[in-house]
Amino acid sequence: MKRELPLFLTAVIGIFMILSFFVPHQWVSVPADFLQTCAIIVVAFGYVLGGANVLRVNLEAISKREPDWAFKLVLVGSLVVTFVVGIFDGIRSHGAFPGENSPSKWIYDNMYSAMGATMFALLAFFIASAAFRAFRIRTFEAGLLAVAALIVMLGRVPVGDVMTSWLPEWMRLGSLQQWIMDFPQNASKRAILIGAALGVMATGLRVILGIERSYLSGED
Amino acid sequence: MGFVDWVSRLDRRWIFLTMGLLVLGPLLHPLALPIHVTPPVRGFVTAVDAVPKGSTVLMSCDYDPASIPEMVPMTRTAFRHLMSRDCHVVVTCLWAGGAGLVDSIITEVAREFPGKTYGVDWVNLGYKAGNEAVMVVLGQGISNAFPRDYWGHDVKSLPMMSSVRDYSSFPLLVNISAGYPGTKEWVQQVQGRFHLKMVAGVTAVSAPEYYPYLQSGQLQGLLGGMAGAAEYEVARGEKGSATRGMDGQSLGHLFVALCIIMGNVVARVQKKKER
Repeated sequence: MKRELPLFLTAVIGIFMILSFFVPHQWVSVPADFLQTCAIIVVAFGYVLGGANVLRVNLEAISKREPDWAFKLVLVGSLVVTFVVGIFDGIRSHGAFPGENSPSKWIYDNMYSAMGATMFALLAFFIASAAFRAFRIRTFEAGLLAVAALIVMLGRVPVGDVMTSWLPEWMRLGSLQQWIMDFPQNASKRAILIGAALGVMATGLRVILGIERSYLSGED
Repeated sequence: MGFVDWVSRLDRRWIFLTMGLLVLGPLLHPLALPIHVTPPVRGFVTAVDAVPKGSTVLMSCDYDPASIPEMVPMTRTAFRHLMSRDCHVVVTCLWAGGAGLVDSIITEVAREFPGKTYGVDWVNLGYKAGNEAVMVVLGQGISNAFPRDYWGHDVKSLPMMSSVRDYSSFPLLVNISAGYPGTKEWVQQVQGRFHLKMVAGVTAVSAPEYYPYLQSGQLQGLLGGMAGAAEYEVARGEKGSATRGMDGQSLGHLFVALCIIMGNVVARVQKKKER
């Protein structure tokens, strides 16, 4: 029963949701809408579960003094402080998002926002270093990739057109990168998208029919 | 020690320093490189211009502070574009870390329009967890997914929202997205199902993913990264942060290209020497 009931529920609800795409009658659409609203609530609970999991894993690592435990302490401390400040701000603003001068907004603007942007900005430096040390052209295919990358990288920015302004319009880097994006790139991307969509459909069917059971406590 | 040996032993901190200077230099002393508007960006501008004046447009800003340099200029210009056309704008956010940032941007842009009022000309519905489920539930009714706005007001009590029911109330969906959930999900769950016209602004790294949707007409226009944002600013006759940043990005790209070429030249010469 522990396995059969979830399998049965998955199959019934899965088939029902597929049916709702094709049957507009209210006997189908109203329960389908209700289930979709339930999904939002379930996802919101996922955040609570995720927060509890972060605490469990990191507190355990701190108590065992695992490598880098001090960083985990900072993580747990930040999580608890942000959570407590958020709760108080939420109560003060009657459930709305915190206002401009609230401590939560201060944390968001001056810590979260700045750190998030910093992490992303670091990419520019590491990409340059990786391009120099790791992007090696050893095969013909790698050569094609490198040429396409150089054309797109330079053609996407104004300097590409400036460098090739003496060439006819269709030979300029901007035009060449647009051609690469519109044709070879688009064709391969479409193939990947269609392949992935077929894979998702197949996996969905396997879950509905009870063939794919890995979501049940990791069993196959 | 020859040039090749010197380059091969180059401390990577010199690469970091050069990259930093190349990005910083043009911000202090702009090069004013010419920016041309490409067809995907022209499509974006045309689609927004085609929205009848006074219509209500849905604008979903799905990103967080990590992608500020690319996403914020797009959001700013798109919101300003819509407001200047007297459109009413309903703003949503499906990224937990983005709601505060998005509110700051639209509030800042709205100040440029003294005659416009919150709740009458624009509404910020804030963040809702649920990803694709939220997109689908919005189709049942906007207030079903967002009963309260960012500031805690009852959505039904806002004057602008009295005429907004579901996706049929919007002639256009503007999505500014940095990943999942974002443009791909809006196309799959909303454009394909509710046949809502849609334009998107995405990060440069993810832009190739959306070209099939652009070619099929599911997206009417596409802004790819800071370059797309800069082109949008140029098309609108504005000079914003994306236009200012393009010189630095140009030199950064040029430097990465040189690094790829130089790295390979050095590797080849060393290989020859070893033989």
